[in-house]
Amino acid sequence: MLTLVVRRLALLVLVLFGLSLLLFAWVRALPGDPARALLGEKATPAGIAAVNERYGFDQPVWQQYLTYLGRLLRGDLGASINTGEPVLSTFADRFPATIELSLAALLLAVAVGIPLGYLAARRRGGPLDNLVVGGSLLGVVVPVFFLAVLLKYLLSIELGWFPTSGRQDPRIDATRVTGFYVLDGLLTREWDASWDALVHLVLPALALGSIPLAIVVRITRASVIEVLDEDHVRTARAKGLPASLISRRHVLRNALLPVSTTLGLQAGALLSGAVLTETVFSINGIGSYLFAAISQLDYPVLQGFILFIAVVYALVNLAVDISYGLIDPRVRVS
Amino acid sequence: MTELPGTDETSRPTRRAFTLASLGAAALVTASACAESERDGAAEGGGGAGATRDTFVFGGSSDPDSLDPVFASDGETFRITRQVFEGLVSTEPGTTELAPSLATEWTQSEDGLSYTFTLQPDVTFSNGKPFDAAAVVANFERWYGLRGLAQGEDLAYYYRSIFRGFKVNDDPALTTSLYAGSTANPDGTVTVNLTTPFAGFLASLTLPAFAMQDTEAVEAGGGNGSDGSDPRQSAYATGGVVGTGPFVVDSWQRGQQITLKRNDTYWGEKAKVATAIVQFIGDGTARRQALQNGDIDGYDLVAPADVATLQDGGFQIQDRPAFNILYLGINQAYPPLNDLKVRQAIAHAIDKEAVVRNALPEGTEVATQFMPSNVIGWNEGVTTYEYDPDTARRLLAEAGQANLTIPFNYPTDVSRPYMPDPATIYNAINSQLNAVGITTTPVAEQWSPNYLGTVQGGTEHGIHLLGWTGDYNDPDNFIGVFFGARTNEWGFEDQGLFQGLAAARTATSKQEQEQAYQDLNEQIMTLLPGIPVASPVPSLAFAPGVEGYTASPVQDEVWNTVTVSADS
Repeated sequence: MLTLVVRRLALLVLVLFGLSLLLFAWVRALPGDPARALLGEKATPAGIAAVNERYGFDQPVWQQYLTYLGRLLRGDLGASINTGEPVLSTFADRFPATIELSLAALLLAVAVGIPLGYLAARRRGGPLDNLVVGGSLLGVVVPVFFLAVLLKYLLSIELGWFPTSGRQDPRIDATRVTGFYVLDGLLTREWDASWDALVHLVLPALALGSIPLAIVVRITRASVIEVLDEDHVRTARAKGLPASLISRRHVLRNALLPVSTTLGLQAGALLSGAVLTETVFSINGIGSYLFAAISQLDYPVLQGFILFIAVVYALVNLAVDISYGLIDPRVRVS
Repeated sequence: MTELPGTDETSRPTRRAFTLASLGAAALVTASACAESERDGAAEGGGGAGATRDTFVFGGSSDPDSLDPVFASDGETFRITRQVFEGLVSTEPGTTELAPSLATEWTQSEDGLSYTFTLQPDVTFSNGKPFDAAAVVANFERWYGLRGLAQGEDLAYYYRSIFRGFKVNDDPALTTSLYAGSTANPDGTVTVNLTTPFAGFLASLTLPAFAMQDTEAVEAGGGNGSDGSDPRQSAYATGGVVGTGPFVVDSWQRGQQITLKRNDTYWGEKAKVATAIVQFIGDGTARRQALQNGDIDGYDLVAPADVATLQDGGFQIQDRPAFNILYLGINQAYPPLNDLKVRQAIAHAIDKEAVVRNALPEGTEVATQFMPSNVIGWNEGVTTYEYDPDTARRLLAEAGQANLTIPFNYPTDVSRPYMPDPATIYNAINSQLNAVGITTTPVAEQWSPNYLGTVQGGTEHGIHLLGWTGDYNDPDNFIGVFFGARTNEWGFEDQGLFQGLAAARTATSKQEQEQAYQDLNEQIMTLLPGIPVASPVPSLAFAPGVEGYTASPVQDEVWNTVTVSADS
């Protein structure tokens, strides 16, 4: 297990190096000029030259890359051209919003998806199964953006049950500790603040969680059906083991392995879906930050963001691999 | 392990799964049921059970550029800085008329070259430092002394436009500064000297860009960009600003909101709400939805199509008196548009009343000249071109252009106060032009950078839709901007008009200024460089319980008088 982790981490360093090169070339291939984006349509040549000099854009590209790489090795992602704020600290400010949203969506997918998938499998062919299969198909095909707008219209505008935007009512003067608003409220015992943040989270999490939920339901169902037909389950039944024990130890545990893999792969999809969800619900996460950075050609932010996401994605997948070992002893042994 | 198998046992995990799913669903429903009451409960601020809320939440469309108004030219920045800073003069609420602010009165020398201001006594900055004549001098000197990047057109935009130059000009396009110097007089007054008379000087001082700041705090926070950095990114301009206004900046969460707190040492009428928040919601529809849902208390630039819906829902709509102009621009560098008869034919072909009726919000004024009627120098008796398709056809025939074909540029994906829906306006005008035999080639482009680049930078455009929102009550801010020099947008050279506008700018009395601009308006409408169409009325929307908000034509809206009732 340890060898696996070390090997994967070493590979990650190589991947990141390659990615940094690709990213550097990619953002510079975007049409437009960052100095002009900063100074506006009426920028003077002197102003543009001053900005280019300040950010080193007047140097040869290879030299710019080496400077960038040198900084990167020291853990410095640079500062945003647009706001002057360090990229890393802005991520730190904004990442909790995206993580909170993604976790809520993932939690929804797991907490509702696994039981639902299991139920559908146990009642295969029944009305519930048909409903779940049909519903999950709908969940996969409906775009996140569309669902977000629809949920917002129905549950916020028409029925007024949920807030339309943001992470917390701005009128609440909440204390910030971690940047995870729900958690912050619990830590500081500001129950109102925590509850309000949770209520704000419901619709975005439903929208963002729809696709992983549908996928988890389908995978769980298929996986449980497969495991239910296996010899060891039949043997367990024949042995007269209690049904709950069979379900817990022999069916679910084996069936969860593909679900776990799927969840790892969904982490990337969740982050990209978060960009759209954050836009619809005006959530101040990294999605909206990236959106602004693209339009303003903010090179350091774009490079830093994508590299950061790559690291997160790689680490989540590593965690999934490790979780195999925990769920399935055969992986641990091999 | 002695559990017995059985049918009941078989269904246990199923039940558990059901329980889990039900719990989740129950939590959501509970959350939804409590959502509204929770927000309402939270909203009742520190004031407890009073009839008004302690917080006013306004929906803005984007982050401000920075918090230092000197380096801004956009409404979103000024919306915030107007709460924090004050200028020497301001406008009467809801009008464009000059009103005292930090200066209680002022006198102008006969030659129009110096202005002496008597200052409001006992005013302090929010950090406790006194505001006095020396502080005024320090502000003028600060603007005059800006260097490098800070002089750029997208930074010190208004100083450049109005004062035209700095102590040391780093950009060859700049000229001698209008500012000659200022003195703090022993009697506590302050005198500002100009190098040439400028009729619009006092009105221009109503601009938020010329608000008074604590220049020591500016310097300490790197707010002048003296080290070559962008001053908008300085510690001062991103959170450390110090003014004399009714609010102070508490925090700025980029992309999310700015929180302002009441300035308890404010010299004037103290703010009625303890906290004012501008929440940034980029999309216009999302702002409307946020208002409808009670997340915000008000927002600006309501889409004309939303006005009726909001009114039906019990929301308040306030029209901002029009201070803009929508026009059909004509490029005379594109023949045969240089032929006056062709331009007159286009003018007669357009039924402005119909355009207003079909494509612009209710309350819109039809325009007869290139400025709205509340600007000094508006000419009641100016030459007009009545809607008359027959005359249009005759003029085209006389010009030998009975089968005229011209490109017609209009922007997409944009809504401006003077042009809420460009495509609808284009369709309205285009069908009228077609009716008199003018064939147009539609050229639709994205607003920025393509559209502005084409119609303001290029030479190949024919006719186009554009407009302007005034910044302060000075005719030079309208027709001086459009026709003060040769531009690619209009494509004509008329030294008489250019010089006339330059001379009018230096008028030394209001009467002289008014007469000069009335004459110029007539001159322009005879030359007919384009067709002024209308001055649409932008609207603000508020929750039913919001009171004390006065919409201003120049957006000089300060929130110290605003109250929000608890049941709104």
